[in-house]
Amino acid sequence: MIIAQQKPVKDIAEMINDCQKVLFVGCAGCVTVCLAGGEKETEVLASSLRIMRKLEEKPLETVTFTATRQCDPEYIVALDNLVDGVDAIVSLACGVGVQYLAERFKDKWVVPALDTKFIGGSTVHGVWEEKCGLCGDCVLHRTGGICPIIRCSKSILNGPCGGSQYGKCEISKDVDCAWQLIYDRMTALGKLDKLMEIQPPKDWTKSRDGGPRKAVREDVMID
Amino acid sequence: MKTESKLQQILDSGQFAVTAEIGPPKHSSAEGIRHHAHMLKDYVDATNITDNQTAIVRLSSIAAGVHILDCGIEPIVQMTCRDRNRIAMQSDLMGAYSLGMRNVLCLSGDHQKFGNHPTSKNVYDVDSMQLIQLLRRMRDEKMFFSGEEIKEHEPRFFIGAVANPFADPFEFRVARLEKKVEAGAEFIQTQCIFDMERFERFMEMVRERGIDERVHILAGVTPLKGWRAAKYIQTSVSGMIVPEEMVQRLKNAEDPKKEGVEICIEQIKYIKENVKGVHGVHIMAIAWEEVVPEIVERCGLYPRPKAN
Repeated sequence: MIIAQQKPVKDIAEMINDCQKVLFVGCAGCVTVCLAGGEKETEVLASSLRIMRKLEEKPLETVTFTATRQCDPEYIVALDNLVDGVDAIVSLACGVGVQYLAERFKDKWVVPALDTKFIGGSTVHGVWEEKCGLCGDCVLHRTGGICPIIRCSKSILNGPCGGSQYGKCEISKDVDCAWQLIYDRMTALGKLDKLMEIQPPKDWTKSRDGGPRKAVREDVMID
Repeated sequence: MKTESKLQQILDSGQFAVTAEIGPPKHSSAEGIRHHAHMLKDYVDATNITDNQTAIVRLSSIAAGVHILDCGIEPIVQMTCRDRNRIAMQSDLMGAYSLGMRNVLCLSGDHQKFGNHPTSKNVYDVDSMQLIQLLRRMRDEKMFFSGEEIKEHEPRFFIGAVANPFADPFEFRVARLEKKVEAGAEFIQTQCIFDMERFERFMEMVRERGIDERVHILAGVTPLKGWRAAKYIQTSVSGMIVPEEMVQRLKNAEDPKKEGVEICIEQIKYIKENVKGVHGVHIMAIAWEEVVPEIVERCGLYPRPKAN
C-alpha cells in the first residue's frame, strides 16, 4: 500500500491562511491503514486547525468528509454538494487523490495535507517500511524476493557494492544491506549460482524515466 | 560581472554577435571538430559545443571545447541537466574552466527517448533554471551549490541559457525567459526561428517587460537543406514551427540548398534591421557547418570584431 505521513499542522495552516471555510477530505484507502488520512485523522486535523485559528482570532469554518477512495473519480462525485462556498479543499489522500480533486473542482484551491512517502508495508504497529521501487519490471525472481531497486541505496543490480559491512549499508547502520540479504537468502536456497549471472542494465522506460505511465486493460473496459 | 569571455566583451560593447554550433562526433577522433573549427574560426565570435544532443552519445562537449579552443575559437560549452547530477555538474564545470572554457549554456536536454539509449535513466537532479543559479553561486558567491565555500579559484563563466518562442504556453515563454534572467542568465540563445511573425510577437513582449535591456538575446537561425528537412521539423519536432510557405519555397526552388542559404541570410538581415532587442545571431547549421562563413559574409557581418 501507499504510505503517507501528515505534514506539520503549521504548514497546512499556512496553505489555507487566507481561507474562511475549508473542506477536509479524508480517504478510506491506504492512508487510513497507515493512519495518516482516514476519517479519524481528518476530524482531528480539522479541529486542530479550527482551534489554531480561533486562538489567532481568525475563526475557520470546516466541513469534513471521508471518501471511500480518492483515487477513483466515482467516489469524489459525492463532494459536489459539499464544495459550495468553501475557499479551499484540503486532501488527506496520497498525491493521486489531491490531483483527482483538483481535476474535478477546477475553481477550487486544492492543497495536500500529506506527504506521499513510498509503497511498502508495516512490520509492527506504527512502523512502515519501503519495499517496492515501482520500476515496472519486477526482478524479485532473480534476487530471492528482495528488491534491490529500492532496498539497495544505489539500486545496484549486481551487488553488493564495497560499502556493505556487517550486514549494513554504508549510508546508515539502521539500513540493512539489501545485497547481504539477497546473498544470505540465495545461499540458504542453494541458488547462489544465480547471482553469478551478470544482470544487464535495466530498461528504465518501464519506470518513471519513460514518462508518465498508463496501464490499459481493454478486456475489462466497459465502453 | 566581467568574465574573461570574449563573447561577453563583444556583447557588452554593443556589437552584433555571431555564434555558431559544432556537434561532436559519435566516435573518439577530434579531426572533424578541428576541421570545422578552422573553417569557422574567423567568422564567429564563439561556437557552441552540443552536449550529447538529442540524447545520442557523442564525444564530450568539454573535451571538444578543448580542441576548438586549440584551433582558436572560443567555445560555449553546452551542459544539459539530463545526464549529470549536481555533483558531476560542478566537477565538470570546474574541469572545463581549468581547460580554458569561459562560456556555459544551460539547457534541460532532450529526453533520452529520442536518443540511442532510450532505456536509460534521466537525472534532472537540478533543472536548467537551477543550473543557472548553480553557476552564479559558484562565481558570484564563491560557493558550491550546497553553500560550502570555494576557498580559491572559483569558476567564472559567462552564463547562457536558452529560450524557445515556439513552444507553449506562448505568453509564459516570455515570463520564463525573465525567470532565467532573474536566476542569473547573461546571454540567451533562442530555438531556431522559422516563423518570423511569432518571433516578432515574442520579442515585442520581451521589450514590454524590458528583458532585452537586462540580457543579451541571440536569435537562433538554421539554414535548411531542402523541403524534406523543413517538413520533418514542421511535423515531427516538438516545440518548433515551420510555416508552410517556407516548405513550399524550398520545394519550388531549383537549387534547394542555395535557397535554404538565401532564406537564412534574409532572416538574419531582417532580424538585425527590424527586430529591436536582439543583440546577435546564433547560426545552427546542423551537419552543415561549412555554410556558415558564406552566411556571415553575405550578411555583412564579416570581419568579426577583435576582442581584447
